[in-house]
Amino acid sequence: MDSLRPLARAGHPLDAVLVDPRPGAAHDVITTLSRRGATEAWRLLGHLKETWGHPRRASWAVRSRRCRHCLCFMRKMLAAVSRVLSGASQKPASRVLVASRNFANDATFEIKKCDLHRLEEGPPVTTVLTREDGLKYYRMMQTVRRMELKADQLYKQKIIRGFCHLCDGQEACCVGLEAGINPTDHLITAYRAHGFTFTRGLSVREILAELTGRKGGCAKGKGGSMHMYAKNFYGGNGIVGAQVPLGAGIALACKYNGKDEVCLTLYGDGAANQGQIFEAYNMAALWKLPCIFICENNRYGMGTSVERAAASTDYYKRGDFIPGLRVDGMDILCVREATRFAAAYCRSGKGPILMELQTYRYHGHSMSDPGVSYRTREEIQEVRSKSDPIMLLKDRMVNSNLASVEELKEIDVEVRKEIEDAAQFATADPEPPLEELGYHIYSSDPPFEVRGANQWIKFKSVS
Amino acid sequence: MAAVSGLVRRPLREVTVRDAINQGMDEELERDEKVFLLGEEVAQYDGAYKVSRGLWKKYGDKRIIDTPISEMGFAGIAVGAAMAGLRPICEFMTFNFSMQAIDQVINSAAKTYYMSGGLQPVPIVFRGPNGASAGVAAQHSQCFAAWYGHCPGLKVVSPWNSEDAKGLIKSAIRDNNPVVVLENELMYGVPFEFPPEAQSKDFLIPIGKAKIERQGKKTKIYRHPSILVKFNLEVTVINMRTIRPMDMETIEASVMKTNHLVTVEGGWPQFGVGAEICARIMEGISKKLVLEYSQAIVNIMYLNTYRIKRLKARSGQTTSTLNLSCVQFPGCSCCSCHWC
Repeated sequence: MDSLRPLARAGHPLDAVLVDPRPGAAHDVITTLSRRGATEAWRLLGHLKETWGHPRRASWAVRSRRCRHCLCFMRKMLAAVSRVLSGASQKPASRVLVASRNFANDATFEIKKCDLHRLEEGPPVTTVLTREDGLKYYRMMQTVRRMELKADQLYKQKIIRGFCHLCDGQEACCVGLEAGINPTDHLITAYRAHGFTFTRGLSVREILAELTGRKGGCAKGKGGSMHMYAKNFYGGNGIVGAQVPLGAGIALACKYNGKDEVCLTLYGDGAANQGQIFEAYNMAALWKLPCIFICENNRYGMGTSVERAAASTDYYKRGDFIPGLRVDGMDILCVREATRFAAAYCRSGKGPILMELQTYRYHGHSMSDPGVSYRTREEIQEVRSKSDPIMLLKDRMVNSNLASVEELKEIDVEVRKEIEDAAQFATADPEPPLEELGYHIYSSDPPFEVRGANQWIKFKSVS
Repeated sequence: MAAVSGLVRRPLREVTVRDAINQGMDEELERDEKVFLLGEEVAQYDGAYKVSRGLWKKYGDKRIIDTPISEMGFAGIAVGAAMAGLRPICEFMTFNFSMQAIDQVINSAAKTYYMSGGLQPVPIVFRGPNGASAGVAAQHSQCFAAWYGHCPGLKVVSPWNSEDAKGLIKSAIRDNNPVVVLENELMYGVPFEFPPEAQSKDFLIPIGKAKIERQGKKTKIYRHPSILVKFNLEVTVINMRTIRPMDMETIEASVMKTNHLVTVEGGWPQFGVGAEICARIMEGISKKLVLEYSQAIVNIMYLNTYRIKRLKARSGQTTSTLNLSCVQFPGCSCCSCHWC
């Protein structure tokens, strides 16, 4: 190790501890990595490779005495070091990091009590989160977040056109709901659907390719942002509120078929004032359909705040004869517990139930809305800094020793890569061919001809 | 309907249109567990027009469902159930009320298969009486053939007699697409002979094929939806049966022979079914025909009024010129004597 000392720069505020994990080795402060010393750092790596061969494991701690920016750069450097040191191994770098750390298997957390309407008891106020689940939720939420931000970027580059309604800020809703139900349950939502499309099982590739309108998209490029379908996921619906009777119908089918399935029917605070929703409440309660009505209250219906749209903003009470609960939609554990509670209620045959998820969207209503003419930037910043769902989960996990910061950073890196690859695919994939314009008009029918813009243009239609 | 009385002596069963629809639905409910009927008064009331008489007693609450008066809600529920794999028959008490639910029919049912890239079929049937009735005034007399016939993704059928009614409702229920079945209330009580093949449980009439009811030499009358108008002329009468997808081959073949065309429908003339047929003839075979447009192609006006104005056609007139001004649309073949 003495041979490495000349590389150390004395007096620099940043230093890194590189630990040699080979049995019998002594820990030693190896070097100082700094912005100015980047070249030296790479030389160091060369040294280390020679000295240590290709060690499979290494770990380090970072101490910063100066500034955050350098720390950020430092972390990137260390991530690079880690990748090099782990050689050509396919194992994710997080394994590299955790070798010498012991994490807890699970931890118990207190969650906010839900306001109840026509219910004696609500969901529990404590819940257990396992390490595995926590990492899974973190990864899923981070994927949704990155995917939405990538969609934002692609839209600004005009690679995505048309409608694009983003749900960043609302990740706890889609991931939490999915955590509380089974894959055999059903879900239908409105147009802010990308997060749900992902949690219901489609890949980011298919989603982004559908947004860019390419044939690799989940609807072959013919649906776009608002019309994505998957197994037990019925979209993606453009007409505000129309999906609620559809959801009650799916619940009717669940009851008709006699399987123990429920249908999650989502709508927003703006849609909550639609008449057909009340028609659906009436019939669902009358026929005791296993339907969970979920109002995703993000405080704004397009540009109209809830106070300006609804005479009663207690959306969880609007079902009147249907029991309801108000849930903190920024806390994934709260959403998960409430969903489990609601699903159990429906499965027991008691009929429908209503959940209001109080959440927030960082973006405007859609990509054509900057989102600041009807609300203040301070409000958005405040929610982002105090109630961000990903931050809340991360803090909980790190503070309870369920995961380390570095491990979560590694997940971030992987997620970023996955999104990058998907965006590459979505940009490069060809559009559906014009010959297929008339396809899929009818189902299970023999091919026929469709008139185009004039009588000499004909398209073939295949089911 | 003088034709019917002449046939009484033959050993063919006579079945009213109402009973034919009832039979068709009964057979399909029996055949497939996933089929069910929902609508206002379809169960315990036996159907507002008694079309679903006896079905609730036979199949019970699970399969014959009375709904509250919430067209948009229950049409949406029916579409959702179809998306989830069931095969609902959604009855509108009349199609006038389907306007309340038309968003669910068009945006949720008709367009979904296309927008999902072929992933999500919607096998639903919307049925009910359409168009004219006796003295029910403007809000209850509209014909929706042109409105629904406009939309790709929907199939629209319009039965006339019992055979049509049974065959088309069965085909509609078995079809994996959203089908709108436009019946007519005035026809419900009219008996027609039921040929033996129509009595089979698998009797289907293909959607998309018209039927030539009567061959003639001269003027052709094109019929829709449930009006068979008798003229003292040698006419070829074509019963469209399906509005969408329209059977233009049959129409074109007949027009090539006769060179005259009259379209008859229960809807308003502007942007109507007849207008579409005329446009297609113009685009298609018009160059091959000698057509006297001003005389031969007439859209009969439809008045929403309970005052009957009858126009007696001049006796012995066999001209292809039809001078028609105010005409009450009876819709029922027994009133076709108004014409002659």
